[in-house]
Amino acid sequence: MSKPHDNKAAKSAILGKIRRSLSAVGAVADPNRETARAEVLERLASKPLGIVPKRGEVGAYEKVAMFMDYAERVSSTTARIASYDELPGAIADYLRAHNLPQSIITGSDPRLAAVNWQSEPQLERKIGPSDGSDLVGVNHALGGVAETGTAVLASGPDNPTTINFLPENHIIVVHADDIAGNYESIHDRLRDLGGKAHMPRALNMITGPSRSGDIEQKIMLGAHGPRAVHVIVVG
Amino acid sequence: MEITSPDFKKNASEALADTTLQRALKNVELGFIGKRQDAVDALPEFEALRDLGRDIKTHCLKHLDVYLDEYEKKVTASGGHVHWAETAQDACEIVRDICRSVGARTMTKGKSMISEEMQLNAFLEKDGMEVTETDLGEYIIQLRGEHPSHIIAPAVHVTKEQVEADFRRAHTQLDPNRNLDDPVSLLGEARAVLREKYFAADVGITGANFLVAESGSSVIVTNEGNGDLTQTLSRVHIVLASIEKVIPTLNDLDVFLRLLARSATGQEQSVYTTISTGPRRAEDPDGPEQYHVVLLDNGRSEMLGTDFEEMLRCIRCGACINHCPVYHAVGGHSYGWVYPGPMGSVLTPSLIGVDKAGHLPNASTLCGRCESVCPMRIPLPKMLRHWREREYERHLNPTPQRWGLKGWAYFARRPRLYHQTMRFGMRLMKYLAPQTALMRRLPAAGGWTKHREFPAPEGKTFQQLWAERQASNGQTKGDAA
Ligand code: SF4
Repeated sequence: MSKPHDNKAAKSAILGKIRRSLSAVGAVADPNRETARAEVLERLASKPLGIVPKRGEVGAYEKVAMFMDYAERVSSTTARIASYDELPGAIADYLRAHNLPQSIITGSDPRLAAVNWQSEPQLERKIGPSDGSDLVGVNHALGGVAETGTAVLASGPDNPTTINFLPENHIIVVHADDIAGNYESIHDRLRDLGGKAHMPRALNMITGPSRSGDIEQKIMLGAHGPRAVHVIVVG
Repeated sequence: MEITSPDFKKNASEALADTTLQRALKNVELGFIGKRQDAVDALPEFEALRDLGRDIKTHCLKHLDVYLDEYEKKVTASGGHVHWAETAQDACEIVRDICRSVGARTMTKGKSMISEEMQLNAFLEKDGMEVTETDLGEYIIQLRGEHPSHIIAPAVHVTKEQVEADFRRAHTQLDPNRNLDDPVSLLGEARAVLREKYFAADVGITGANFLVAESGSSVIVTNEGNGDLTQTLSRVHIVLASIEKVIPTLNDLDVFLRLLARSATGQEQSVYTTISTGPRRAEDPDGPEQYHVVLLDNGRSEMLGTDFEEMLRCIRCGACINHCPVYHAVGGHSYGWVYPGPMGSVLTPSLIGVDKAGHLPNASTLCGRCESVCPMRIPLPKMLRHWREREYERHLNPTPQRWGLKGWAYFARRPRLYHQTMRFGMRLMKYLAPQTALMRRLPAAGGWTKHREFPAPEGKTFQQLWAERQASNGQTKGDAA
């Protein structure tokens, strides 16, 4: 039996080595790292924006169109509906068109809970995380990113992570108002007014159905996650 | 894994003679180079993003101790644990102890290059754990008892016929007469087999492409979704990350996300970018109950402040490998350790010692393609030269090579003698190859001519041609003036 790991000692050994290596070349005339710490804290607080592609700097209408266009380029399918009232019909149509049973699993997202599902009486809706037995999962996205057609989903009871990955077909619902030009805008929504990030356990940025190129570098859809992703934009 | 870097020459010769491997390696050139170029061309900001990415990483390295400390505070605040590991052995023991503490027997694992560096699977298997790789490429090579030959396409050296044979051998529970001709059926079979593993696993291990200090998050970027199932369905999620993975904020992450997929696979974005922060919350219906991060140093802190510091900017995109003519010819296993291609030739001597990996920096033509595509603008050829110098200083290179260099130095310092000798040599070579215009055998150059032919010289030396050209240029200029 080896002796138990001394985490504190290992940490100070590693940080000590880093400091020695940095000061050996005179990179730091700052033995207590006070200047370095101040610089780091300043950068963490100011969070400078990097280079944001111009491509996403377009009007709201073009943003939605760009989001849907990029999503389709990575083999997602898309649809746009005017309001949540049309959601059950849009989902039922998709299931019929793909020969799928009229059965979905969703989380308890309030926007989905408020939908009148009775408008499609045959459509069965289970609520909760997926155990892998469901063919179709429906989650509501926190937002969409036009620059690459990426949907961003936050874990939690409203939209359980297992629904993103286990069902073979994933329907992502996103409101048109939540589609941003770039990643930074969506990530900024996770910060409070003081600038502090409140992260869900998992933030999934999803760009198309799962795929693998691991056999002779030919891309095939449906590796471990969904084989098909259908994005429905509301509004 | 057994280190075979010292045998690079032997490995490379065998690789060149292996026709199946040569067929598989064609896919590297076909599969990556054009796609990357298209993706880069489609984003006008790409070159500026490379500069910014380089600057952010440089800033991080200069403040690495502080960022790691800030990152740890945020992980702890979100209910996770950070474990510090100076060596690969320490990191293995930390993982084993976490597994023991929860009575774990089975584990799934997403792709993690540092777990290869740690030889984690072998370590845990000795302890009675069952470890299953879940990335399709990693799964294939695990079945084959091999190591990855590429950092983002671990099974790029394997053909689909070989995968079929491996699956038939390993999946004996399935109908032996099933049809596996189509690669899609191979993918479907792996999907079904691995689904069961995710649900059965007690512990899920993933790597990390980035660690975000602002939020204490780890980030994985994948296409298959295996890393997500690995971390979502097991009770305990362990993240393995080396210390240089830490970046400041989510805004910085977005800069790297725009560089990584385009450089790696030529996608505008990978399918899944997952930002994980701590374990399952009280209200969460899914996700792991425990979240651990193992921070591995393993020699990296000592690269800071040296000629090789810039290598720590590497985001493991694989672009330098995909564009390397030497890699295209010999494949990843020839390099004899975890990291192949140009990035491996620089990193491996730093991590396992130049005495073991001294040949690798010579496995390059210094053509510069790696540096021209590296999103972090790492001067790989310059660093390869640094290693060659050190190898020479430490007398690690073979005697004939040292004699050769000494001989060359003797002539190079005596220009008249040098030119006379070269002119004589050129005429001699022209005389030796009168019919074919190609030389199939060249004394002392069998290593070159075994696999390709040497064009017969035209009879003049470079210096002669240069002098003639300068003279005629001067003529032209004079005319114009
Ligand atoms: S050295 Fe550059 S090109 Fe090579 S893997 Fe690292 S970041 Fe990519």
